[in-house]
Amino acid sequence: MKVSYYPGCTLKTKARNFETSALAVAEKLGIELIELSRWNCCGTVFSLTDDDLIHHVAPIRNLIRVQEMNKNGLVENDHRLVTLCSMCYNTLKRANIRVKEKPDDLKKINDFMYLEEDYKGNVEVIHFLELIKDIGFEKIKENVTNPFKGLKIAPYYGCMLLRPKEVGIDDPEEPVIQEELIFALGAEVIDNPYKKVCCGSYQTIRDKQVVSNLAYDILTHAQNAGAEAISLSCPLCAFNLDSRQKEIKEKHSDFTRIPVFYFTQLMAIGFGLNEDYYGFDLNYVNPEPLLKEKNLIGRNNAK
Amino acid sequence: MIKKLKLSDKNVDFLKKIEELSGEVITRCDQCGICSASCPMVSEMDITPSQLMRMVQLGESEVMESKAMWLCASCFTCTVRCPRGLDLSKVAEALRQVELRQAIDHIDVKKLSKDEMKRLPQIALISGMRKFTG
Amino acid sequence: MPNKEETSSDKKLDSKEIMDRIAEASRQVVSGVEDEEVENWVTIYIMGRAYEVPADLTILTAMEYAGYKFVRGVGCRQGFCGACSTVYRKKGEYKLQTGMACQTRVEDEMYLVQIPFVPAEKPSYDLTEHEYDVNVLFEYYPELARCVSCNTCTKACPQDLEVMDYVQAAIKGDFKGLAEESFDCIQCGLCAIRCPSEIVQYNIAQLGRRLYGRYDSPEPEHLKKRLEEIEEGKFDKEMKEITKLSREELERMYAERKREED
Ligand code: FES
Repeated sequence: MKVSYYPGCTLKTKARNFETSALAVAEKLGIELIELSRWNCCGTVFSLTDDDLIHHVAPIRNLIRVQEMNKNGLVENDHRLVTLCSMCYNTLKRANIRVKEKPDDLKKINDFMYLEEDYKGNVEVIHFLELIKDIGFEKIKENVTNPFKGLKIAPYYGCMLLRPKEVGIDDPEEPVIQEELIFALGAEVIDNPYKKVCCGSYQTIRDKQVVSNLAYDILTHAQNAGAEAISLSCPLCAFNLDSRQKEIKEKHSDFTRIPVFYFTQLMAIGFGLNEDYYGFDLNYVNPEPLLKEKNLIGRNNAK
Repeated sequence: MIKKLKLSDKNVDFLKKIEELSGEVITRCDQCGICSASCPMVSEMDITPSQLMRMVQLGESEVMESKAMWLCASCFTCTVRCPRGLDLSKVAEALRQVELRQAIDHIDVKKLSKDEMKRLPQIALISGMRKFTG
Repeated sequence: MPNKEETSSDKKLDSKEIMDRIAEASRQVVSGVEDEEVENWVTIYIMGRAYEVPADLTILTAMEYAGYKFVRGVGCRQGFCGACSTVYRKKGEYKLQTGMACQTRVEDEMYLVQIPFVPAEKPSYDLTEHEYDVNVLFEYYPELARCVSCNTCTKACPQDLEVMDYVQAAIKGDFKGLAEESFDCIQCGLCAIRCPSEIVQYNIAQLGRRLYGRYDSPEPEHLKKRLEEIEEGKFDKEMKEITKLSREELERMYAERKREED
């Protein structure tokens, strides 16, 4: 199955490990994620003022690229656009909803982009987790050759996968999609009441202390519930929950660092894929000691 | 006993402006406080989200001096929980935009330390500058 | 015939007189033909004032024909230096167009103004102090994060570069894409002056090309080899002999040199 794929900027740099692991995992599942042949930054946040259209130009431009992918035969009559980053997902999806609901806005945006072909409003933005769910967690289970026996993982959703309701990939208050995935990988799912609490998002450039306080709450609640690792799907959440552990440690000396994974990294490990796909060099808290202790890496480096 | 509030023209203008920018009927808020109870940032704020809503309802432009609107992380927790179906994140954005659209930046990224500039992923810079610069 | 006032004003007679005289003086020099021989005339508006000029001139020569003298805001006259940026709009059109004055022919009813200089942040940096990383671009030019993908820069580029695409390449840390797409930039500044996000595209591209050149583009083997040969003194003897030659001998050598066919 070939599907158009939108990586987003950070997946090409600081979150390359998210992309590398996801592409490898997708291949294993028989999904070919075809990167849009030309794409631009989506803007990362959906513009919330009613009169502002210019900030929707960026996401809509990317949706036009999906039409082009179909025209050029790079995908076959498949107007889905798969994203990995939660923020890209949210921004693209909400912009798509807005222009579908407001044809006048779409017309203005199309007129403004007169050098592009018109966006016809027929693209469907989806998150990779939704694609996995469609394939079925049974299929995931079948592919697991390196089960996470006994590893305790707390899923973290943050905001952009769940809210607002019209874009959420799951119930905004009781999401289970990551739980099902982690369970399918053979790990123990730890429920963390803070899994839907915001990590502070872009506040990280305004006041990193505010963000590290939130991150501290989220991580320690997970730890108190028994978690040994966190799973998530957003490079900004990852930065705030992983890299900001530096600031947390400076403030709370008794804090013990906890590895933070992209869910696709966990899948790559579970599927027993080559360790080159894990990309732990980009994780701030090195997960290798934990994985070694659980005998999950360093055994077979085949396939 | 029903007490009727009468807003001054100036206050009506401010309320109208925020309603227009946000697309929300702010007068529908009945101050239940669920937003404040749900907000992950509330402990850092000087006024709570429901107080912010109240001030806008009354057209009090002093709300522009509060820290609250800048602390909103657009997490949409209040949005999904508001029993009146209001989207407070849009109200906060409208308030921020009133200032940003006058070309007043709320942050100066040039003041971030070298170390921060090395660490920050693009996603943080892009989202932050969208929300805090005009 | 020239200098038709759009709005008549009599108080500025003096300067008008002077302008007329300059225009008269530069006329043949600029166009190379006598007015009587010019068949087609067009009316252009320079900063709002109407002038009739021969139709086959470039904006630059037309302005000189009209009496303007360029002290700055012009350089190579060949479309390479990027000094002569012009912004214009044709009567009845909403599109604001851009071009290099030395390369763009005048058209009837063109309203134009020169942009001789674009204020743009250009910090100095030491390439050896930086890693090969996208954050270097953001460190010097954080406004890069404000791109809204409106494509105005591309539309403004007189070199027909895909400016938005190279800005996007910069945001993604794709140094190769940035360097290659921006390679033909002449730094005229028209993208920057039109950008709603206040980005200085061409300076970012220059930093990107420098980093790419230093860290990523392959070192040319032949250059390395030749430098070694020079160091080893391979050409010392020949060089000594050449410096002793007379002017005539040198000229003959030059004329008879081995060269690739044109
Ligand atoms: S004078 Fe150099 S580009 Fe026109």
